[in-house]
Amino acid sequence: MRNADVLRFARDAAAGYPLRTALSVLAMAIGVAAVVVLTSLGDGARRYVVEQFSSLGSNLVIVLPGRSATGGFNPANAVTTTPRDLTVDDAAALQRLPSVRRVAPLAAGTSEINANGRLREALVAGTTSTYLEIRSFKMAQGQFLPVADWNRGAPVAVIGAKIQQEIFPGGSAVGELIRLGDRRLRIVGVLKSTGTGLGMNTDEVVFVPVGIAQAMFNTNTLFRILIEARSRDHIDAVKREVAGVLKSRHGDEEDVTVITQDAVLATFDKLLRALTAAVAGIAAISLAVAGILVMNVMLVAVTQRTGEIGLLKALGARGDTIRNAFMAEAAMLSLVGALTGYGLGLFGAFVLRQMYPVFPAYPPDWAVVAALVTALSTGLLFGIMPARRAARMDPVEALMKH
Amino acid sequence: MDLIRLAGIERVFHLGDSEVHALTQLDVAIEAGEYVAIMGPSGSGKSTLLNLLGLLDRPNAGTYHLEGRDVTTLSADEQAAVRSQRIGFIFQSFHLVPRLTAAENIALPMMLAGIAAGERAKRVTQALKDFGLDTRAEHRPDQLSGGQRQRVAIARATVMQPAVLLADEPTGNLDRATGDEVIRLLEELNQRGMTLIIVTHDQKIGARARRQLQMEDGALKSDTQSQSAAGQD
Ligand SMILES: Nc1ncnc2c1ncn2[C@@H]1O[C@H](COP(=O)(O)OP(=O)(O)OP(=O)(O)O)[C@@H](O)[C@H]1O
Ligand SMILES: [Mg+2]
Repeated sequence: MRNADVLRFARDAAAGYPLRTALSVLAMAIGVAAVVVLTSLGDGARRYVVEQFSSLGSNLVIVLPGRSATGGFNPANAVTTTPRDLTVDDAAALQRLPSVRRVAPLAAGTSEINANGRLREALVAGTTSTYLEIRSFKMAQGQFLPVADWNRGAPVAVIGAKIQQEIFPGGSAVGELIRLGDRRLRIVGVLKSTGTGLGMNTDEVVFVPVGIAQAMFNTNTLFRILIEARSRDHIDAVKREVAGVLKSRHGDEEDVTVITQDAVLATFDKLLRALTAAVAGIAAISLAVAGILVMNVMLVAVTQRTGEIGLLKALGARGDTIRNAFMAEAAMLSLVGALTGYGLGLFGAFVLRQMYPVFPAYPPDWAVVAALVTALSTGLLFGIMPARRAARMDPVEALMKH
Repeated sequence: MDLIRLAGIERVFHLGDSEVHALTQLDVAIEAGEYVAIMGPSGSGKSTLLNLLGLLDRPNAGTYHLEGRDVTTLSADEQAAVRSQRIGFIFQSFHLVPRLTAAENIALPMMLAGIAAGERAKRVTQALKDFGLDTRAEHRPDQLSGGQRQRVAIARATVMQPAVLLADEPTGNLDRATGDEVIRLLEELNQRGMTLIIVTHDQKIGARARRQLQMEDGALKSDTQSQSAAGQD
């Protein structure tokens, strides 16, 4: 029997029993549509998070002292004793790089804050006016640190939202004097609450000019240098340029680590991809169920068409011809079901996007390919058993069942 | 040379513990072009014999030579090829595929044999004309009368130009007039050289054949050549 004839015969056979054909096509379609819609949701969530995240601190590159093998966030980096420290002059040198928009040095330590009759421990961050823009923070009251010579710095401070609540509950803090360690500083601004970021809760931080912080802690080293690249496309260039400049400034020694927000994003990205894959796996179970349904439908078909199978044998059909015809039928049911499901899934994703325009619910390519391939192979796999049963049927007995 | 030669054929069915000897020590030879009626009471083994002749079933013992070739030892696929090329079946209940049209039913053996669509269409058109079915080509079996259905079945059985035509009670589901018409059609085919073997309960139909095989309890009771040749009544 010619292949084209096998296909035509299988098609006519499927069309000859519309109800059971429609049922198995529907089951397969639901399975594929489930995979497409659910992975659209998962991947949409991933894209949404990635987009939100990148809009937070835009194009951030961070330099930390010490060589880190992983390049990711690692608390050990903070305590690593380094061959050569990062200095304010290092940070200043980075400002002149072509791909760099802004630089903010960051010195850190803890100290006691004493004001308004209250006393508490606080994290002190020494930085510059550029820090506000780099981290995209907003002010609740007053101003951030004034633009000034990085090595000098006026005796002013900016406090986080939580410190403001605890020390000046209810009232305005701007203009108040505080005692930080052995220094008297005037509060010029209060930050809006932001929560955790870069390993410290900004709401509990006191920001002071970097020169003052270094003098307070009697050091000239920096905890971090924060850099904002000119654009997302400049991030790699910034990494390269920064590493180059610091290497030459540190006696040709690569003793700093340059990390990007991409590293953090990549973690999220990986997490949500795994989630999407898991969801796809769960949806794929419905494909297996659909495959079993196709098998049942084909078994019913073989029983229903026993007389026909006997006839085909009497007319000279070989066992493998009959097997191929039934396999082709199972494959067709799966294929039509899979394509219908793909269409339904795309429509479902479209509806999702219409309902939640911020949510980029598109199915990832791999999920579409996997769903279609799984649908077809389960259909074929579960088609084998009924087809073989048909092929092995005894012609005399089959002919009697008419 | 004989077209068909059966020697020492045995067919035993096992029903639980009991054995049914459907055919016992059967020796028959049929020449090409013969017109044979197989008769006998119910359960005497007529259908079993026809199934063996059509290679739908294998004997438990004995040999079957078709056109000089021992076909009992062939593989299933080789037997299928013999059925496709050399044997035509006609059944009591027609056995047409309900979802296919008359033309498609007639084309079925050619499709299974891998004959190209163009050649198929040509031969189907000719067959429809030969059997007076020109106007019924696109009708499905449920839109045809019993006689028309059996004519479609005969067209299907002969479209591959087989050497032998096997008919198991071809008139069993038809009234007398339609049945006679079908028998005349088969006799015409026989006159053009096709070997015809008919199983029948009907004495009148049996008497028309040139040779009658009387079966009883799986054995040949009598083998008689009739004086009156077919179509001469
Ligand atoms: N598949 C089978 N299993 C068991 N016994 C069978 C089988 N097929 C036939 N037989 C038995 O073999 C014997 C011959 O059966 P067969 O069908 O050849 O009779 P028949 O001459 O065609 O009868 P009828 O005129 O009723 O069609 C019967 O006793 C029958 O019961
Ligand atoms: Mg019978």
